[in-house]
Amino acid sequence: MAYISASVYTSHVPAIGAALDQGRTQEPYWQPLFAGYEFSKQWMQEAKPDVIILVYNDHATAFSLQMIPTFAIGTAAEFRPADEGWGPRPVPMVQGHPELASHIAQSVILKDFDLTIVNEMDVDHGLTVPLSLMCGQPEAWPCPVIPFAVNVVQYPVPRGQRCFQLGQAIHRALDEYDEDLNVQIWGTGGMTHQLQGPRAGLINKQWDSNFLDKLIEDPSAVAAIPHIEYVREAGSEGIELVMWLIARGAMSDVAGGAKPKVRHRFYHVPASNTAVGHLILENAH
Amino acid sequence: MALDKPYLDIPGTIIFDAEQARKGYHLNQFCMSLMKAANRERFKADERAYLDEWPMTEEQKQAVLARDLNWCIRTGGNIYFLAKIGATDGKSFQQMAGSMTGMTEEEYREMMIKGGRSPEGNRYLGEDGDAQAHRQPQGYSHHAQAKEM
Repeated sequence: MAYISASVYTSHVPAIGAALDQGRTQEPYWQPLFAGYEFSKQWMQEAKPDVIILVYNDHATAFSLQMIPTFAIGTAAEFRPADEGWGPRPVPMVQGHPELASHIAQSVILKDFDLTIVNEMDVDHGLTVPLSLMCGQPEAWPCPVIPFAVNVVQYPVPRGQRCFQLGQAIHRALDEYDEDLNVQIWGTGGMTHQLQGPRAGLINKQWDSNFLDKLIEDPSAVAAIPHIEYVREAGSEGIELVMWLIARGAMSDVAGGAKPKVRHRFYHVPASNTAVGHLILENAH
Repeated sequence: MALDKPYLDIPGTIIFDAEQARKGYHLNQFCMSLMKAANRERFKADERAYLDEWPMTEEQKQAVLARDLNWCIRTGGNIYFLAKIGATDGKSFQQMAGSMTGMTEEEYREMMIKGGRSPEGNRYLGEDGDAQAHRQPQGYSHHAQAKEM
């Protein structure tokens, strides 16, 4: 049986990837941010997941306005890091896990989550920056990754409640998988940020702090947050945080198990335009 | 019955909803075309001619030529697509975001280092925060404009 051993939550700002790729992590501007992930890189080496389900959003890279899937799962054997206009990031190819990805698709579609199945796509900073933050700069990523893309570009994005329920469905899908696999699920994006208009640069530390507290203690309350609160309080792009609920919904306590253990919590302002939040929650196993 | 759009009363913010996406379809797809190096070269060589290959409105073309991102967004652009123009121009996301506030690059960067823009007064239209219409443009350019008057 496959099982979720832990969930990881992190922002995925493109400038973080650029700072890493250009060797600027020790600059005074970036040093405090990368220091916040030192523990996480150690933790990853010990956690040794077999697969990561990585929930992220595509930023007008693989999906233009031609097609906008609300939830899309990558079922390919590998995914290339995308050229987002600045050239592709110098990071390893992402190896997929087609067997588990197809299994999840089949299982959750029958639970009424109508995923789009993607057999070919490039992955942008939304997926590669979290991998870099958690794994550093290895020759190859430590394990296969299943890209799970959520539309947060065109409004309306899926509701927090729906994301939370989808996480629960993924948890049940893993229960139905024959092979023993140690699976992590990552929710990425956020925290508060707005990239557009005269309100660009909005940061709401108090709201972010409450969000992190509640995500740990009372995720169903976070799932009930309506879109308008994200937009008003966390900025127009802060609504990416609904993706964290997919990861949180997949944790054991939501299915009646024990509360997860908080292994790490970190918060830093700014990375470019964005408040960076990071959590590691471990299931008892 | 009209759709409920509770996000229309947030200052300095345009939500990229179905209506905006419909208006901005060709503008955003033009931006998307700049993901290819060959297209970036053609655009840079003759911007107007390249834009004329797209069924965009004249206003959208003017907004792109002026690199006025707020104008682009009003006419249906989305920031993740418009970022491709910035990438073509060699601009960072922070430079692009800052350009929409009227602040200089240094002023915007400094605001972010100090913890970013406060939500206070910037949640609803009609409050008095720095993102409200009556306080634009922000930063030095605002003071310069006030002096001229």
